Amino acid sequence: MTRRHFLMALAGTAAFWTADEFADWRRAIAAEADQAYTPRYFTPDEWRFLEAATEQLFPEDATGPGAKALGVVGFIDRQMETPYGRGSLWFMSEPFQQGPANLGYQLPYAPREIYRIGIAGADRYCRDHHGHVFADLDHPSQIEMLSAFEKLPIMLGDTLTAGIFFEQLRTNTLEGAFSDPIHGGNRHLGGWVMLGFPGARADFMDWVDQYGPAYPLGSVSISGETA
Amino acid sequence: MSTMNADAIVVGAGWAGSILAKELTEAGLKVIMLERGPDRATAVEGAYPDSIDELRGAIRHRLFQDLSRTTVTIRNRIGQTALPYRQLAAFLPGEGVGGAGLHWSGVHFRAAPDDLALRSSVIARYGQKFIPEGMNLQDYGVTYDELEPFFDKAEKVFGTSGEAYKINGKIVGNGNVFAPSRSDDFPLPPLKDVYTANLFRKAAGEAGYHPYSLPAANASRQYTNPYGAQMGPCNFCGYCSGYDCYMYSKASPNVNILPVLRKDPNFTLITRAHVMRVDLDSTKTRATGVTYLDLDSDKEVSITADLVVLGAFQFHNVHLMLLSGIGKPYDAQKNEGVVGRNFVYQTITTSRAWLPENTFTNQFIGTGGGGVAIDNFNSMNFDHGPHGFVGGSPVWVNQAGVKAIAASTIGGGKDAPRWGSGYKKALVETYRHAMAIDAHGSNMAYRDVFLDLDPTWKNTYGQPLLRMTFDWQDNDIRMNRYVVSQIEPIMKALGATKYELGMLEPGKSFDTRIYQTTHLGGGAVMGDDPHTSAINRYLQSWDVPNVFVIGSNAFPQGMGYNPTGMVAALAYWSAHHIRTTYLKSPGPLVPV
Repeated sequence: MTRRHFLMALAGTAAFWTADEFADWRRAIAAEADQAYTPRYFTPDEWRFLEAATEQLFPEDATGPGAKALGVVGFIDRQMETPYGRGSLWFMSEPFQQGPANLGYQLPYAPREIYRIGIAGADRYCRDHHGHVFADLDHPSQIEMLSAFEKLPIMLGDTLTAGIFFEQLRTNTLEGAFSDPIHGGNRHLGGWVMLGFPGARADFMDWVDQYGPAYPLGSVSISGETA
Repeated sequence: MSTMNADAIVVGAGWAGSILAKELTEAGLKVIMLERGPDRATAVEGAYPDSIDELRGAIRHRLFQDLSRTTVTIRNRIGQTALPYRQLAAFLPGEGVGGAGLHWSGVHFRAAPDDLALRSSVIARYGQKFIPEGMNLQDYGVTYDELEPFFDKAEKVFGTSGEAYKINGKIVGNGNVFAPSRSDDFPLPPLKDVYTANLFRKAAGEAGYHPYSLPAANASRQYTNPYGAQMGPCNFCGYCSGYDCYMYSKASPNVNILPVLRKDPNFTLITRAHVMRVDLDSTKTRATGVTYLDLDSDKEVSITADLVVLGAFQFHNVHLMLLSGIGKPYDAQKNEGVVGRNFVYQTITTSRAWLPENTFTNQFIGTGGGGVAIDNFNSMNFDHGPHGFVGGSPVWVNQAGVKAIAASTIGGGKDAPRWGSGYKKALVETYRHAMAIDAHGSNMAYRDVFLDLDPTWKNTYGQPLLRMTFDWQDNDIRMNRYVVSQIEPIMKALGATKYELGMLEPGKSFDTRIYQTTHLGGGAVMGDDPHTSAINRYLQSWDVPNVFVIGSNAFPQGMGYNPTGMVAALAYWSAHHIRTTYLKSPGPLVPV
């Protein structure tokens, strides 16, 4: 069984990963860490959209690394092959009825479907308004489009609003920047170093009552990787 | 359909169920405990470092309820269509051995005496007219003095760290000046203040308030409890809420009770057993046992027993009563019936202070139950007369450890950008130099806020989902806004470079998409009147006397404090009366 098929086989099973399954998952990701990432779920066009959009949401700047440097799109792609990505963590029983936003998500789509429908709709919207798909727009137009998706009542599919797609993308982008590198994002702990989060140290017995100065030790991953 | 027999069946392997199972086996009963989730052992999936993975833990809900099988529906008002709670967000019930008691934070309060008799207290002080129309304000039917020995017992089992104010009527230390007298000290001294809690302690004192150390079921030192269960000292790792404590410092049924129970030949734990209903005889006044679905074989199994204890999560207890026909379901239109009545939650809003750039707040350091609080605006500790609302809130810094993904969700405060370079800059500044102050308050019960069975949606087992009809009401919004306004002097004393006050907004409905607390209560409340309570003062069903219902479902209204300490004390109180009275002569402990 190739590693890719092995990961695919892992993904669709139980709603929760067992400890053993999770260990296998980690090993598989670690083994790929230094190779160029091959997308498993997203098409090349979807990948281009995500690389451009996540970099606008979380750009490389004076504060620190951006989505591309942190491997955020690879993180999201991997998540699509997990029980989460397939919607197994959500209550997905019919009937699906729309209601006020404060009563929460009410669409029949798993995250992977939100991306498939949402990216297609977002690129269509960009072509209609600017003549190009999102990835081929200049930066000010990309920012204008993302703001529209976030705030305006735009439909990206029959029932998928741009707002829901935008929040899904923003949520997963931040997860990719700030989750442990064992999940494929936060590459080389760049997100944590920028934030000042020590990660898996998880022992501050001798620093509880050190009042005022910054914590002196660097970030560390569950895998033992340090920045 | 196979049949087993036990003296007692306990539904749910959380705090309530584990306490009852321990007490009943001590009484010599053969007990079967049913838990629908998996078994959970801290030594296995709670081990460092895998257990402290934020994505898999708090974000992907490793220890929380599996919503794909069953959830609730929610609406804000009668007449609206309730919709399924499809994604965990506002509240996070547990699943598996330990229940929500495995992933809780650890704040461990005793209820305030006035809160246990809130209706009487309010009427005595302000008259009956002070209670707003439509508010079902009630007394618990049990007093602080009656519960005191059981609060004490629970603290010793949990290994609670804290500082007493008054023991046997004598002032002994710098504890909460509003706290009632205790029969004994906390088993462990208070946890150290993290930096932000220490800043709050000083600033709250300068503002004229009375800061105290939060009582925390996170061991400040090594500890062995009366059952022989051992705890290690908390190292402030910052992975309490949502996690199983790899240090064995945070109290949980898994660490503090079950290791002893598991060795007891009278005790049987069956996991992956989803209880479908309590079985009643033809008179509907006696339970004969329960029927559960074995999730591995997909077959229904019945167990017969003389005594049934419902110790599932608050709303699962109510759901099981409705599915089983125990007690009269509440009808909001007619204002009749009791099961589902007085469903309550917890108000909580977070305010934030930003400190100078040379001050690092190190928010990743934390312990779930530790911190510093003031009670000046909780319970009946202040004059409500000028304000015209019932209830109150403690205000605190309870830094449980802010992890990176959670920090990214908080971002840079209310007015900061949500993405782009501006977002990143404000996020990092806030994470490094800000601190959070919560107003964690009461939520009263109202005639049109309740639980019943949903007419449309079903769980994967074909049963109707529980429906919540819930919204924030004027009384509680005004309470929250008043208490939060009183944080302002603390902000000034902190020397904050800027601050924002978080308040409930009038006209803004309860939002199921944002985490608030998992402190749901009521729905099957205790009391002295069978017309306004589903269970009596001993937590025994009025209608089916061999069924006891243990949990925060018993709270007639939501108090400012966290519920677990009260749940544990009620569990020991109920168990004591089962052991000393009920088992000798089974029947109603309170005549109807």
